[in-house]
Amino acid sequence: MIDREAPYPRKPPLSTPQKLVRLAGIGLVVLVAAGAFAYVNGSLDPQRLTPARVVDVFEHNNGIHPGYRRNHPKGICVAGYFESNGAAANLSKAQVFASGKTPVIGRLALPTGNPYSPDSAAPIRSFAVQFTQANGQQWRSGMNSMPVFPVGTPEAFVDLQKATAPDPKTGKPDPTKPPAFFAAHPEAQPFLAWVKTAKPSASFVTETYNSVNAFVLVDAQGKRQAVRWSLVPEAKGDAPAPDARDYLQQDLSDKLASGPQRWSLVLTLANAQDPTNDASKAWAGEHKTVNAGTLVVESDSAQLDGNCRDINYDPLVLPSGIEGSDDPLLAARSAAYASSYMRRTSEVDQLKAAPAQEKQP
Amino acid sequence: MSTPTTHFSPLARALHWLMALMVIAMLFIGAGMVASVSERHEWLLNLHKPLGIAILALVVVRLIVRFTTHTPALPADLPAVQVLAAKLSHYLLYALMLAMPLIGWAMISAAGDPVMLSSSVRLPSIVAAHAETFAFLRKAHRYLAYLFFLTILAHLAAALFHGWVRRDEVLDSMLRGKTRG
Repeated sequence: MIDREAPYPRKPPLSTPQKLVRLAGIGLVVLVAAGAFAYVNGSLDPQRLTPARVVDVFEHNNGIHPGYRRNHPKGICVAGYFESNGAAANLSKAQVFASGKTPVIGRLALPTGNPYSPDSAAPIRSFAVQFTQANGQQWRSGMNSMPVFPVGTPEAFVDLQKATAPDPKTGKPDPTKPPAFFAAHPEAQPFLAWVKTAKPSASFVTETYNSVNAFVLVDAQGKRQAVRWSLVPEAKGDAPAPDARDYLQQDLSDKLASGPQRWSLVLTLANAQDPTNDASKAWAGEHKTVNAGTLVVESDSAQLDGNCRDINYDPLVLPSGIEGSDDPLLAARSAAYASSYMRRTSEVDQLKAAPAQEKQP
Repeated sequence: MSTPTTHFSPLARALHWLMALMVIAMLFIGAGMVASVSERHEWLLNLHKPLGIAILALVVVRLIVRFTTHTPALPADLPAVQVLAAKLSHYLLYALMLAMPLIGWAMISAAGDPVMLSSSVRLPSIVAAHAETFAFLRKAHRYLAYLFFLTILAHLAAALFHGWVRRDEVLDSMLRGKTRG
């Protein structure tokens, strides 16, 4: 070691008060830095809506079902492919829209928060799909059979969950709360009007699944087009749901036994005046649509060991050529799904330990 | 007196301050992003990933610089426990600068997500998709981030202690190329 005393001119020692002031100064710097961090990570603001708090609301309403998704936990994995006809290739440079096949892993599910809900618990079904392009980029989309979302913001969505939370005493939602919520949220009227007429379908394969949120397609020249998309079923049918607890999975297996099930991927191009930032509003009037190709489902498997189980159907996992819109629900879904995913992947060992049917409420 | 014996090389100092800025920004971006459901979540996430890879690349350069340039010795009169704390905290900081981006990259891989640095740049996966592995890495990423932040606070407090209380040459050796006064 080089002797470092020589080149360094020693300064006269500090008096004790001087030392204390300087130590306090250091303490202040550290405190400000730690405080800034606590502010940013939400610790100082218990009211801030964080991904964890969104998921907490689901856990509060539905109980914790270890290993399961915190929302739409009852579902079935499906696999197949998307056969693009090339019709959307001039709207988006995404590989998935070039003519040809893209493999798909999907998940058909109920929109409730309980993995043991009866299939008729809600008149809505959901379809999440993951397209894996040849270049490794992916497109994930979580779609629902309703045409519009009840509300347009994550804050309102969380308030809706709170309004329908079960009362700990009765186990049922407080009957005064939902009307109060809907009175304060007129934007929910289109959804309420639709849900009044909606009935639980007897099958997953006869449903239309909608992106609900808007996205933006980007072509090779960088031209942008806002869209919503839908999976429109080839199979038609509006048979009433059977009077049974579970029927969707059996129906799907039966349908697949007779052959692959198909949906057209229909892109609805936004007109200039269409809101892209509010999923509670329908895009009214005439719209140009593009049928981009056919989603073909060839097989199904139980979700507990199916290959969809460990997929987080984050709607902002998008390939180059598809982007999120300014819809605030997209970022919120992405953030909350990440929190749900983190929790449930820590619990996968518990899925095997608790056979589903023994835990029926 | 020859300055190289008391100061870090200009390149080492440049890397230190550049990476200090990046790492602190990164910790705040990470903490802010996991606490947000707004559009902020998305744009912070889109910053977090490329910035993390940039830090990974820079720390490799920095380690090479560290091993190939002169590192000023600590003051001869520094108590042994402080010398030990200095050495261990520096090892820890280097280890975390290297590990955090790798864990982040591995964690996205383990989730089965494409590792996208931008809308079109994709890095290969470095770990096979596996839920339990993801859960482990995701937790490690969080707790090591807190450890990283606490270590940086300690590093900052120690640097200021050297500069303001001990008034030795340690803080100067990273601040400037010439001895004060």
